[in-house]
Amino acid sequence: MSEDIFITEERIEGADDGPLAGRTVAVKDNISTEGVRTTCGSRMLEDYVPPYDATVVSRLKEAGATIVGKANMDEFGMGTTTETSYFGATDNPAAPGHVPGGSSGGSAAAVAAGEADLALGSDTGGSVRCPAAFCGVVGIKPTYGLVSRYGLVAYGNSLEQIGPFGETVEDAAELLDVIAGSDERDATTREAPRASDGRTSDARETREALLEADETYADAATGDVDGLSIGIPTELLEGADEGVVETFWDAIADLEDRGAEYHEVSLPSVEHAVEAYYVIAMSEASSNLARFDGVRYGQSGGYDGNWNETFAKAREEGFGDEVKRRILLGTYALSAGYHDKYYKKAQDARAWVKQDFDDALAEADVLASPTMPVPPFELGESLEDPLQLYLADANTVPVNLADLPAISVPAGETDGLPVGLQLIGPAFGERRLIRAASALA
Amino acid sequence: MSDDAVSPEEVRHVAELARVDLDDEEVDRFTGQFADILEYFETLDEVPAVDRDADLANVMRPDEERESLSSEDALRNASETEDGYFKGPNVS
Repeated sequence: MSEDIFITEERIEGADDGPLAGRTVAVKDNISTEGVRTTCGSRMLEDYVPPYDATVVSRLKEAGATIVGKANMDEFGMGTTTETSYFGATDNPAAPGHVPGGSSGGSAAAVAAGEADLALGSDTGGSVRCPAAFCGVVGIKPTYGLVSRYGLVAYGNSLEQIGPFGETVEDAAELLDVIAGSDERDATTREAPRASDGRTSDARETREALLEADETYADAATGDVDGLSIGIPTELLEGADEGVVETFWDAIADLEDRGAEYHEVSLPSVEHAVEAYYVIAMSEASSNLARFDGVRYGQSGGYDGNWNETFAKAREEGFGDEVKRRILLGTYALSAGYHDKYYKKAQDARAWVKQDFDDALAEADVLASPTMPVPPFELGESLEDPLQLYLADANTVPVNLADLPAISVPAGETDGLPVGLQLIGPAFGERRLIRAASALA
Repeated sequence: MSDDAVSPEEVRHVAELARVDLDDEEVDRFTGQFADILEYFETLDEVPAVDRDADLANVMRPDEERESLSSEDALRNASETEDGYFKGPNVS
């Protein structure tokens, strides 16, 4: 495995038949697999073997899929390049010498390299969509609550969702059909409301509602964009790489040729989305990762000294730089005297972002942007300046703040490097996104 | 941190709160990086107060006995156990 796609290569066979019989799936290494080590890309969990399956893994097995390995990732999902993995960086099969994106870089690379037909990742601030864009494959970030997170090792749990990768939109949609649905073990899951339950205001929505009543996600991959209204947030094009922007507009022109129309929209709140996202994600991380004390699982700090000393030693040895950085900044943002200044303001910004998206989606069926404002970085290029790397998430994090679904679909290339187009829809509007995105891949 | 840069002492203090030991080199590096990142977070000051009426409902279930992990499975990843319990370090 020259590309370092998997942390652990081990086959887990599913049921003899089912909708995914004969299909292979790579599973991100922060999703628990009973009896197969699950490291989160961290030294902390180098030897951790979960005693139970995540709900999505049980569903894969029941659907007849064969899991082929646990895919490489940024440590605990914290990164945009998969280079923060304790187990080494993954090369990008679609652009050798470049990063595959992150944090689900191994999952996207597995599909791009043909090591697996499909893959699962998790998306806290773009961790499915970024690697999909960088590796030239399709990735879906579902609506918050559509997919169970039981057995997903938590990082920023008000933001994250497990999502599917495929070579085509239809492939990814088939995997979404298998993993979506409520789960009594994850109280944040919801049964997706049927479109026909909602009020419909125009002919297009009525037609869509009729189509959607019993349609699977895969059925929605018709490529029909006739009459589709696309809103393009101007803020998400500002400052983007020229080649990326050009490729984006070519893809929009392609959709126009098939009957879609577009208009520009403004989302002033997204100017604050990156800082709001990082304050919230780091705060949640500082709390979620407090469980790693080396007693019940993970790197042990030994038994010399008192528990504060041994826990601090376990965490010094077990966590890498980016994880320490986020835990410390999250602890700082929540500490006495700073909570109102950072965390509370970030929650205000989150509510503002939600309102902006609601308003924009009242005037458009979907919103479109480049998934990433830049093409894939060269390996090793970007790790020195964490803040610059955070800013690369500008187009993906607003979607997590607003709990909305989004899809990244290949839009073309710039200088031989893949460019992704992101479509954003209303809550539980996955079918609409799949229908539109399948016009491109 | 409102007016001036982050000090190494503040980084050490937060690391202690978070129970993460840092070596001197890490403290130096994080001190510079945190100054940049926190300065950027300050732009949240420009965010207007927003009406936040989250439409959330608690999800409850009856508190009934149900199957769970065996203690053997639950203890399998611990570095040390004793008499069917996790073994932790001294409390003080």
